Amino acid sequence: MEKRVFFRSSWLPWVLMAPQVAVIALFFFWPAAQALLQSVQQSDAFGTSVEWVGLENFRNLWNDQTYLASFYTTAIFSSLVAVLGIGISLLLAVFADRIVKGALAYKTLLIWPYAVAPAVAGVLWLFMFAPSVGVVAYWLGVMGMDWNHLLNSTHAMALVVMAAVWKQISYNFLFFLAGLQSIPKSLIEAAAIDGARPWRRFWTIVFPLLSPTTFFLLVINVVYAFFDTFAIIDAATQGGPGKDTAILVYKVYFDGFKAMDMGGSAAQSVVLMVIVVALTVVQFRYVEKKVNY
Amino acid sequence: MVERRPFLTFLSHAVLVLGVLVVAFPLYLTFIASTQTAQAIVQTPMPLLPGGHFIENYTAAWNGTGGGSGSKAPVGQMMVVSLVTALVIAIGKIAISLLSAFAIVYFRFPFRMAFFWAIFITLMLPVEVRIGPTYKVVSDLGMLNSYAGLTIPLIASATATFLFRQFFLTVPEELLEAARMDGAGPMRFFWDVLVPLSKTSIAALFVIQFIYGWNQYLWPLLVTTSEDMYPVVIGIKRMISGGDSEMEWNIVMATAVLAMLPPALVVMLMQKWFVKGLVDTEK
Repeated sequence: MEKRVFFRSSWLPWVLMAPQVAVIALFFFWPAAQALLQSVQQSDAFGTSVEWVGLENFRNLWNDQTYLASFYTTAIFSSLVAVLGIGISLLLAVFADRIVKGALAYKTLLIWPYAVAPAVAGVLWLFMFAPSVGVVAYWLGVMGMDWNHLLNSTHAMALVVMAAVWKQISYNFLFFLAGLQSIPKSLIEAAAIDGARPWRRFWTIVFPLLSPTTFFLLVINVVYAFFDTFAIIDAATQGGPGKDTAILVYKVYFDGFKAMDMGGSAAQSVVLMVIVVALTVVQFRYVEKKVNY
Repeated sequence: MVERRPFLTFLSHAVLVLGVLVVAFPLYLTFIASTQTAQAIVQTPMPLLPGGHFIENYTAAWNGTGGGSGSKAPVGQMMVVSLVTALVIAIGKIAISLLSAFAIVYFRFPFRMAFFWAIFITLMLPVEVRIGPTYKVVSDLGMLNSYAGLTIPLIASATATFLFRQFFLTVPEELLEAARMDGAGPMRFFWDVLVPLSKTSIAALFVIQFIYGWNQYLWPLLVTTSEDMYPVVIGIKRMISGGDSEMEWNIVMATAVLAMLPPALVVMLMQKWFVKGLVDTEK
């Protein structure tokens, strides 16, 4: 869609565009191009010599066991976060949709965590589960479970997944609630008159009609788990124990800024870029479909 | 509700109360811990009712006079840094996006669509995939440890530009014709017609972007190295860098409560725009 009426000026639009274009050129495109360039170069530790190495950085990544392990960690982490986050918030939203009295109070109480910074969320959950002082760790100990996420990688993974899901529930909840409220009541009523009970109505009417929302949230949650959980992991486990909760983004940061391996880090950045592009394409193709729905 | 099912209604309330309790428990525990002495927290299990040290813990955190092994920067200073950063990011994003959306919709100029797609592509380049080179640009420009370094690289916004473009496209063309008839130039039309019309979108975006700016972590972690430029989110992380039991959890938790308050207040007070903002920015 285009405007048929518009202003004429040879300089004003350029001035208006200038701030945004300057920022994206300087801080987005130039660095992204640099990352692409560095990914095919190898510089020594002091930055004195730079050598063209072609795809060797990528080949090294492919042969690097810790990188493949990080991929695996990311896959487990993001599927757990997406599935649990979506499941729990769908459950809460379906029940909240039924309620007439007090719905607003529940909603207000459930959207709180959205405002909490991921790093703070990590610290909060760390505090509850800290092996020596944490209340929940103590309760688990009383129940006979020896919780220690500093040594046990399953515990560490569970901790970061819980913190990440907790933070994302409010977002998913709001979208599911909006989705549920847009389902025409007449469909539900017709099914009820035909004798379908709530359980059956949910699976045959509500859930299929929610599938666009669910799919959309799936993409959003995967993006969230890939990129926005860096702070949670850095605050709660720092990628440990060993490298067992070091997701891809954490590894890019660690290799580039702590281990100073610029070429390897840049190659990892390029792999991440490819993943973001793929996820964005999926998201936008889907959004287009929703418009034609 | 389609039919009366008392049991299901009871179950709904039960599930929701349980959900709210689980969601709220970490926040409750944080508040409790922030009112205890450090010794009371280290005893296992720690007390689950508020203690009597509310004022002294918060004063200690605010002025940075608490003990413990981690960083001791005053939280008051860090809150100011966070507030300035979040406001500059939110307002900056809205301002530059309004201007570029205005240019794209209301003018014809060469490479118009190329610019539009360039802005669009930035969606696919989050900070995380270009941290090394972006850090280098900022350090070459001498913007480390400054508000400029904390904010300017983050104020480009594809989502806000899109949102305003979509909105401007729905503004009736008669308004522009009428404004021109009355002799209004482009900037006059922008200020007196478009900006007032976009008020609700601006409010919605402000809530989302304020929270985004306040909660930034990776970027401030890279560009700030001196304590007086730490945002509060980074400050908390630095506080817990000591060991598990030697740190003063009461002070850390008081800081956490302080760090959560401003974005939480924004969400609570502007709940209507918050929900609108969430839904709009994802379209």
